[in-house]
Amino acid sequence: MSLKSKRILIGKPGLDGHDVGAKIIALSLRDAGAEVIYTGLRKTPEFIARAAVDEDVDAVGLSILSGSHKELVKATREHLDKFGAEDIRIFVGGTIPEHDFAELKKHGVAAIFTSEMSIADVLDKISEILT
Amino acid sequence: MSKKSKGEALSNPQMQTHIPTGIEVPGVLGPEMVNDENIGEPGQYPYTRGIHKDGYRGRLWTIRQYSGFSTAEETNERYRFLLEKGSTGLSVALDLPTQCGYDPDDVMATGEVGKVGVSISNLAEAEILFNDIDLSEISTSFTINGTAAIIYAMYLAVADKKGISREVLTGTIQNDILKEYVARGTWIFPVKPSMRLVADSIMYANNETPRFNPISIAGAHVRDAGATAEEEMGYTLANGLAYVDELIKRGADPNKFARRLSFFFYVHMDLFEEVSKFRAGRRIWAKLLKERYGVTDPKALMFRFGVVCGGSSLTAAQPYNNISRVAIENMAAVLGGAQSIFTCAYDEAFQIPTEFSAEIALRTQQIVAYESGVAKTVDPLGGSYYVEWLTDQMADGIMDVIKDIENYGGVEKAIEDGYTQSRIAEQARARKLRKDRGEDVVVGENYFRKDKDNNEYGEEFTLDANASEKIKEKLQFTRENRDEEQVQKLLDKLEEVAGKDDENIMPYLVDCCHAYVTVGEMVARLKRQWGEFREPVGF
Repeated sequence: MSLKSKRILIGKPGLDGHDVGAKIIALSLRDAGAEVIYTGLRKTPEFIARAAVDEDVDAVGLSILSGSHKELVKATREHLDKFGAEDIRIFVGGTIPEHDFAELKKHGVAAIFTSEMSIADVLDKISEILT
Repeated sequence: MSKKSKGEALSNPQMQTHIPTGIEVPGVLGPEMVNDENIGEPGQYPYTRGIHKDGYRGRLWTIRQYSGFSTAEETNERYRFLLEKGSTGLSVALDLPTQCGYDPDDVMATGEVGKVGVSISNLAEAEILFNDIDLSEISTSFTINGTAAIIYAMYLAVADKKGISREVLTGTIQNDILKEYVARGTWIFPVKPSMRLVADSIMYANNETPRFNPISIAGAHVRDAGATAEEEMGYTLANGLAYVDELIKRGADPNKFARRLSFFFYVHMDLFEEVSKFRAGRRIWAKLLKERYGVTDPKALMFRFGVVCGGSSLTAAQPYNNISRVAIENMAAVLGGAQSIFTCAYDEAFQIPTEFSAEIALRTQQIVAYESGVAKTVDPLGGSYYVEWLTDQMADGIMDVIKDIENYGGVEKAIEDGYTQSRIAEQARARKLRKDRGEDVVVGENYFRKDKDNNEYGEEFTLDANASEKIKEKLQFTRENRDEEQVQKLLDKLEEVAGKDDENIMPYLVDCCHAYVTVGEMVARLKRQWGEFREPVGF
């Protein structure tokens, strides 16, 4: 398994300004050989989905710490599907309570990361879902 | 340090001999390591030992718990709960749409209304928020930045309607836009018009509400985003100097306005690092104002600050341990001489606190204040070999950070280029990797985990699922029942004044608030004049 030559878009949907996690993962993916596109703050799910399609990425990583993850993840998935990008995987990181995991997975999320996980474990898992 | 397999705790943690900011600490310190001349007296320039000669004996710090969620009605209820339990001030948490300048019915606000704070889109909501709360007695702090001038205007409008004289109002608006570009992210406009908005609100407040702090220059969020304690203080003081420059450029007198500048920081877990950070910050600020700007008024040289205990030092793992962490951080804040303190609840790392957890956080402060004895004498750690030595070390490190930003070309350039943002992101990654490797010990998270239920936290907080709809309905009602012609006239005027850099915009914002113009409507007009900040996203 390798992240080399994988294209990954890291997005900050909604108004949440906590971008530490997004930046740490973006930097780590880049150093692991992936091509990373970071959207910056305050992007709509539609913008993120459109950018993911335009950039022809393998996966979209969404960072959300505002408690709005259910709405934003669902909307991003719907826009990706609408643009014919059913094959683009979504992973999510942030302040995600365990009792929301099932619902996020139902919306097609391939992996969920919390701040407790090590960077190495996060990269392994991303690599796994892209294999 | 030992290797771990995936998902398991590390074992055998090693005791570190450096503080998190990187300074190596000697095993034993003695009088030869301390420069007596730097210690000084409490209440005297440069205030290393505190700004008051009698410490907390004259007046205890303000116990102010950050709180706000869902509708104004529900938050008002929580405020009255906290005041009844012994809080001595309010601290308003606003939701992200309010902070970023979008009304609840804006598409950008989808899913965010009332989530991380209370939704206050217009005066009708602000009136509900402060219902049955005496604003002439209670000081109110607002964590608000991009829309700080508007929320301040709204607070004045509430006081006006309640018939309370503006002169007696006490409290704080954070209003520190510079750090929003670096961390936290609730910027709206580009740097220059944002600096004007900050300056306008400070100059207006100095005249209208002489007891109100129109800015709280904050390092807290930069620290939580990854900066070290030295960088937290260094970046904050550098931002403080940038505001001083802007105000002087606009003709304000630093001997007057500096009396109402206040600061805000995080307290993390290394007690002596935190105490020394505050003592060093107090000394440097007084010296910079005196030596660079010729400030002579003692009150203008005094570095007054609030703190929050918790943040990224708290864990979702074994969350009850956070109660112990917050107690230690609370002690550090008191020993550092804070003017106001907010203690996070044990579940605040992952949810809005329940009444149960919020009460424990409040009780922690009361235990520190009335049982621990730390408030009995001023600066009880003053003269300690370790604390005085570390204060000097931290002061050097903090000055290096300030000089680095100045050498780069100043705060504004460092922000616009993304220089500071990149440095903090790298620090955040380094901090995370130290934790992953087990060099930094986090009890319950990377060491000392439980075999099962490691994240058990008790009661879950649930938001009213219909809050967003209720808030939108209230907004609709307000829009239908206000004088629309008047609203448009005031908005036109606001936009016109926004285009004149030398006219203070505050009175026009207050007029808009009185007429129930919404935050989103005002921001939209200001954007037409000023545009929006373009975030540098390279890394």
